[in-house]
Amino acid sequence: MKCWVGGLAVLGPGLPGWAESEPILAGAQPWTPAELALPPPAMLPPTERRRTSLAVRLALAAAAEAAAGEDAAALDTIFASSNGDGAVVGAILEALSDPEGTISPTQFHNSVHNAAAGYWGIGAGSTRPSVSIGGHDDTFAAGLLQAAATVVTHRRGLLFCAYDAPLPPPLAAVRHTTLPFAAAMVLRPEPVPAARAALTLRYVAEPAEASPSTEGLDALARENPAARALPLLRALAVRRAALLRLPLLGDAHLEVAVEPC
Amino acid sequence: MRPLSITAGSAVCALGTGRAALRAALHARQGGLRPSGFPGAPEGIWLGCVPGVETVPLPPALSAFACRNNRLAELALATDGFAEAVEAARERYGADRIAVVLGTSTAGIEETEQAYRRRDPASGALPADFDFASTHDLQALPRYVRARLGLRGPALAVSTACTSGARTFLEAATLIEAGLADAVVAGGVDTLCRMTLHGFASLELLSRSGPCRPCAADRDGISIGEAAGLVLLERAERAAPNAPLLLGVGASSDGHHMSSPHPEGLGAVAAMRDALESAGLQVEDIDYVNLHGTGTRANDAMEDRAVSHLFGDRVPCSSTKGWTGHTLGASGALEALIAMICVEDGLIPGCLGVEEVDPGFRSDVAIANRTAPVERVLSNSFGFGGSNCALVIGRPLS
Repeated sequence: MKCWVGGLAVLGPGLPGWAESEPILAGAQPWTPAELALPPPAMLPPTERRRTSLAVRLALAAAAEAAAGEDAAALDTIFASSNGDGAVVGAILEALSDPEGTISPTQFHNSVHNAAAGYWGIGAGSTRPSVSIGGHDDTFAAGLLQAAATVVTHRRGLLFCAYDAPLPPPLAAVRHTTLPFAAAMVLRPEPVPAARAALTLRYVAEPAEASPSTEGLDALARENPAARALPLLRALAVRRAALLRLPLLGDAHLEVAVEPC
Repeated sequence: MRPLSITAGSAVCALGTGRAALRAALHARQGGLRPSGFPGAPEGIWLGCVPGVETVPLPPALSAFACRNNRLAELALATDGFAEAVEAARERYGADRIAVVLGTSTAGIEETEQAYRRRDPASGALPADFDFASTHDLQALPRYVRARLGLRGPALAVSTACTSGARTFLEAATLIEAGLADAVVAGGVDTLCRMTLHGFASLELLSRSGPCRPCAADRDGISIGEAAGLVLLERAERAAPNAPLLLGVGASSDGHHMSSPHPEGLGAVAAMRDALESAGLQVEDIDYVNLHGTGTRANDAMEDRAVSHLFGDRVPCSSTKGWTGHTLGASGALEALIAMICVEDGLIPGCLGVEEVDPGFRSDVAIANRTAPVERVLSNSFGFGGSNCALVIGRPLS
């Protein structure tokens, strides 16, 4: 399966967007951890904007950056998240375990795993098909595999966004996610003038070897499932050919060959 | 899309375990909704429970996955010869060529609800025996099914609220078309939990007067149910002669509101059109529309506008949720299996418990069972976040 990467986005500690992060990802500038500031999404109407949580802000900011300069409303979307909106799910679980607790209607509709996708549809004015998936630690690789399969099958541009935010206690102790991270990219079925690289993807039913680097910036991959995008983001930033192996399901992996355009 | 064979299918819901029970209940017009006995549920509602699901044993090697949702998945795997059919496919293609794509809205979150009630009073910590990754996490469902069936292909958890089960048919077709799999275990499994019940109660969308009555003049909301609907999809050459196939899938987004459908049903119309286009069919090729039809005032009215916009009053339509309840992330898959029964038996199951159809509706809503040739069914699913999905199931045009 071969597809081409157009617009890109990254958000995480010390990674405030693709343009500023590209030299850091490429290793040309040092990475300095810094808190990620995310303003409420301007694409939403004011009534919706106020209600958005960190998870939705992350997803929309990354999706909007990757789709900037594109006809965003024309892109199919895949939103991939391990935890979804864990803050909302955690608040509902608290309320349910409290005899006096109540759930608000807004909390409930924001608890669905496709809440970020729903807000993207409203904000981008998109009626295109959208799917939301989960894949625990392998969410990024699982989403990228499905995104590439969709692009080569349906021959349409697709916006793929992976995002995760920390969970509140007591869930935080049973699902390790210590910081926010999001990555997004527009994938195309054919080379376009602005394409950065071609990706050739293969599902391999054998375990991948451990990642070669787990220090500095690369250590973020242990702190957030979406940050497992880092090896691919780094290869795209440095604009060199690379062969990556992203673990899947414990006994398999996604092989990604990156060829810069 | 190229049609796909639905080589095997398993259904477990309030109507019983297996497709024979589902078929018999539809013909006999015997619903599965009962007054709620679910612990901690809102007062005065009716539910579509699967009796005994909490005691279904899992294989010892997979005991970490024990939760209501995976137990229901296990029951479905052991029903209708499903696991055996997958094993035969595994021998045909190899374990790494069979993918698992399953939908769920809440996975094993009922296990987390129980764990919250066992928190350490001092620290608030969850109990040490609570296994988040194998129960609560969305991926727990496809991981369990993949391990239980001895498969090594890709696995994906789809969670698009109440379209999850239907949407897996599209993702499965994509995997086969892209050459990543020769067969896919698809469908949905969703189980009762307090989060869903109290969530819908907070939106004042639950029926408080008895079993839900989709499309009725006096409908007053949803009855929630639980179900597993599983299918084994592969290329159409594998299909039995004359068997109903998956002919098309369509999807769209409303881009309108998080929990209210677009009032004119624009997203619903787009998904139905996309499904017909994907099947290479026209509106006159459809013999029955299985509605999403949850029984809420707004959803049913929107869907009537959308269906009558495309089909006028020429195609009979109905919702089967009066039998099963709204089984959320499983509903699209369960109703795909109902669509197969409609084609096989020439059955149009009229909405259950409806004395008078909403007089404002313009489509042909069936409220009694009809017997008629049914070659092709369009099955709708809509969900929060403005997610829409439609399936076409039946026999190809000759």
